[in-house]
Amino acid sequence: MTTPPILDQEPADQRRFGDEADEARGIGVAALRFGAALVVPILSFVALWLTFEFLRNTEANRLIVVTVAVLVGVVGVWLLYWGMDLVINQLPDHVAAGIRPAVFVGPAIVVLSVYLVYPAINTFLISFKEGDDFVWFKNYGTIFTNSSYLVSIRNSILWVIVVPAVAVAVGLAFSVLADKLGKRSESIAKSLIFLPMAISFVGASIVWRFIYSFRPPGFGEQIGLLNGIWSGLLGNEPIAWLLQEPWNNLYLMIILIWLQTGFAMVILSSAIKAVPDDLLEAARIDGATEWQVFWRVVFPSISSTIVVVTTTIVITVWKVFDIVWVMTGGKFGTSVIAERMITEFFLFRNAGIGAALAVILFIAVIPIMIINVRKFRQQEAAR
Amino acid sequence: MTAPTEQMAETYVPEQPGLLARIFSRWQVKLAVTIIVVLWLIPTLGLLVTSFRATQAINTSGWWTVFTNIGNNEWTLSNYTDVLSRAGFGNSFLNSLAVTIPSTVIPITIAAFAAYGFAWMSFRGRNLMFVLVVALLVVPLQMALIPILRLYTSGGHLAVWMLFGVFLAATIAAAVFLMRGKGGVIPLVVFGVITVAVGIVWLSGTESVTIFPDLNLNGTFLAVWLAHTGFGLPLAIYLLRNYMGSLPSSIVESAEIDGADHFKIFTRLAIPLSVPVLASFAIFQFLWVWNDLLVAIIFLGGEPQNRVITQALMELNSSRGNEWQLLTAGAFISMMLPVAVFFALQRFFVRGLTAGSVKG
Repeated sequence: MTTPPILDQEPADQRRFGDEADEARGIGVAALRFGAALVVPILSFVALWLTFEFLRNTEANRLIVVTVAVLVGVVGVWLLYWGMDLVINQLPDHVAAGIRPAVFVGPAIVVLSVYLVYPAINTFLISFKEGDDFVWFKNYGTIFTNSSYLVSIRNSILWVIVVPAVAVAVGLAFSVLADKLGKRSESIAKSLIFLPMAISFVGASIVWRFIYSFRPPGFGEQIGLLNGIWSGLLGNEPIAWLLQEPWNNLYLMIILIWLQTGFAMVILSSAIKAVPDDLLEAARIDGATEWQVFWRVVFPSISSTIVVVTTTIVITVWKVFDIVWVMTGGKFGTSVIAERMITEFFLFRNAGIGAALAVILFIAVIPIMIINVRKFRQQEAAR
Repeated sequence: MTAPTEQMAETYVPEQPGLLARIFSRWQVKLAVTIIVVLWLIPTLGLLVTSFRATQAINTSGWWTVFTNIGNNEWTLSNYTDVLSRAGFGNSFLNSLAVTIPSTVIPITIAAFAAYGFAWMSFRGRNLMFVLVVALLVVPLQMALIPILRLYTSGGHLAVWMLFGVFLAATIAAAVFLMRGKGGVIPLVVFGVITVAVGIVWLSGTESVTIFPDLNLNGTFLAVWLAHTGFGLPLAIYLLRNYMGSLPSSIVESAEIDGADHFKIFTRLAIPLSVPVLASFAIFQFLWVWNDLLVAIIFLGGEPQNRVITQALMELNSSRGNEWQLLTAGAFISMMLPVAVFFALQRFFVRGLTAGSVKG
C-alpha cells in the first residue's frame, strides 16, 4: 500500500473551469453545481426509500426481499451517476465542464455532511442539555464526580493500557520467533494467529464466555475450560470468573488481546522483514548476539511501526463496546465508556449524558489519531 | 496467556551460531511458536467441537473429554439445524447479506467518484475539501449515533433563529466581499432576500422548520446502509484518492487527447487500475459491516425478522445463555463467511485491515 503524502501532486490539467468572467452565468453555473451535487444523493435516497416502503408492505419471501434490496442498493447507485452524466452531456461544453466536479465529489460531501458533520455538531450541543434545557457543563460534572461513571472511566483507561501493551508485546515476540522458521511454516503459524481478526466481537465473546463458564459445586461437572483446569485438574473450588471484581476486567481484556495480537503481529512482521539484511549481517559480524541484534538494530528501525500499531489498537480498544455488552452488560464493575454511552442513551433514555460520554470519547481520540497519522506517513515515506 | 511467549522470547538467546546451537535454538523456536499457536487456537477449537456434540454430552462433560474417549457416539448435526430454523439464524444470515453487500458497494461507489474528482479534476476549494474529508476520520461512530437516530425517528428540524443567523452571516459576508471588490451584487441580493424572508417567518411566530422529513426510516435496511456508507466514506475516499492520485498522469492525459471525458476515463481507466485498493477496502468494509453489532442494534432495531446475525447471536446469548449447543453452533455460523473470506483472500484481507484499522 503506497500512500503518497496528501495533496502531493496537482493533476497536469490545471484549467480552472470555474472562473467564468460573466457574473450572472457564474451564479447560474454555481447554482447548477449545487443542484447537481444534491440530485444524486436525493434521487437515490428517494428511489431506495420507495423500494423499502414497497418491501415493508409486502409479505414476500425473505429471500426475495433480500435479493431485491441488494439489487436496488448495488445497481441503483451506479445507475444514478450514469444518468447524471448523460444529463450533463446534453449541456453546452463549458457549462458541463463546470458542473462535472460537483457530480463526482458532491454526493460524497452531502452524505458526509448529513452522517458525520451535522451529527458531530449536534452531539456537542446535546451534551450541554438535559432534556430540552441548556445546562452547560452539568452532564460533564456528573460524569466526573459520580463514582459509577468514574468506574467506567477507570476501566476504559485500564483497557487502553493493558490490551495494546500485551497485544503488541506478544505480537512482536511471535513475529520475531516466526521469522526464524521456514517460509511455509511461518506463513501457516501467522495465519492461525491472525485468524481471530476475522471473527466478530460478539462471536469472540461467545467463544470466551464458554471458556469462563461456571457451575456452582454440586451442579454437575464444569464444562468451561478454565474451571475444568482450575477445579477439575487442580482440585480447587470452581470460580465464577466473570463475577470476580476487579479481575473480571482482565478476563474481558484477554478477549480483545486474543483478537488484536494477530493484527500487531502481521504489521510488525512485515516491518521486521523490511529491515535490510546487510545491517543485520554487519551487526552479527561485529560479534553481536541475536539478543543484541534485536534490541540495537531491529527494534530501533521498527519503532515507528510499533507506535502506529500501538496507537491503532488504542483507538480500537477505546471504542470497544460489544465485548462488555455481551459478556457482562457492564455489570459487576466492568463497564467502559463506549458501552456506558449506549446504556445511558438507549436504556436510561439519558441523551445528555450519553452525548457527553461520546464527546469525551471523541476528544480523547484526537491526539492519538494525530500521532498515528503522522507516524504512519513517516513510516510510509521511509519505505 | 502471555507469560509463555515472553519467557520464550527471552530464552532464545543464541550465541554465534555453531551447528549444534543452531539446531537447538531452532527446536526451541519451533516449540515456542507451537505453544502460542495452540493457545490461540484452543478457544475456537472448543467452540467447534462443542457445536457438533449432543446437548446431553455438552452438559455433562467438558469438550476436551472427546479426545480421551473417541469411540463414543455423541456427535450430531442437530445443533445446526436447530439454530438455523428455530433460532432464526437462517433468516439472520440472509439479513446480514442484505445489509452487508449494499453497505460495501454504495460507499465504494460514492468514494470512487469523489476520489477521482479529488485526484484528477480541478475545481475551487479542492484541497481544502479533501483535507476536511480526511479530518473526519477522527470522528468516532459514537458521535453520530444519537443525532442520526433522532433524524430517522422524528426528522430534522432547525430553529428559525438559527436559520436566520446563518443567512444573516452569509449576507454580511457577501457585503464584505462586494466592498473588497471580490464578488458580485447577486449573492448579496440573494442572501439578503432570503434573510428578510426568514426574518418574516420568524416574526410571524414559527419556531422551527423541517429540513429533513420524518420518514420513519429506523428499522429498515436502508437506514443501516446509509449509516455504514457515511461512516465508511472518509477512509474510503482517503485510500482511493491516494491511490488514484499516484496513477501516472500521462495515461489520463492521453485518454483526454483521445477525446474521452471524465466519466469514460473514470470507468474505463481509473476503476480498472485501482482494483487492488478497491478490493482491499471492499474486504475491510465487508468484514466491518458483517461483524458490526452497534450500528445494527441502533438503526435496525429489535424486530426479529430484520435481525442480522450478530444481533441474533446477542439475542440468543441473553435469552438462552446456557444453551451451549445453540450458542456454539450459532457463533460458528456467524464466523463461517468472514473466515472463508479470510482464507480465500488473505493478501487483500491483510492489506485492507492494515489500511482500514483506524476507521472510526
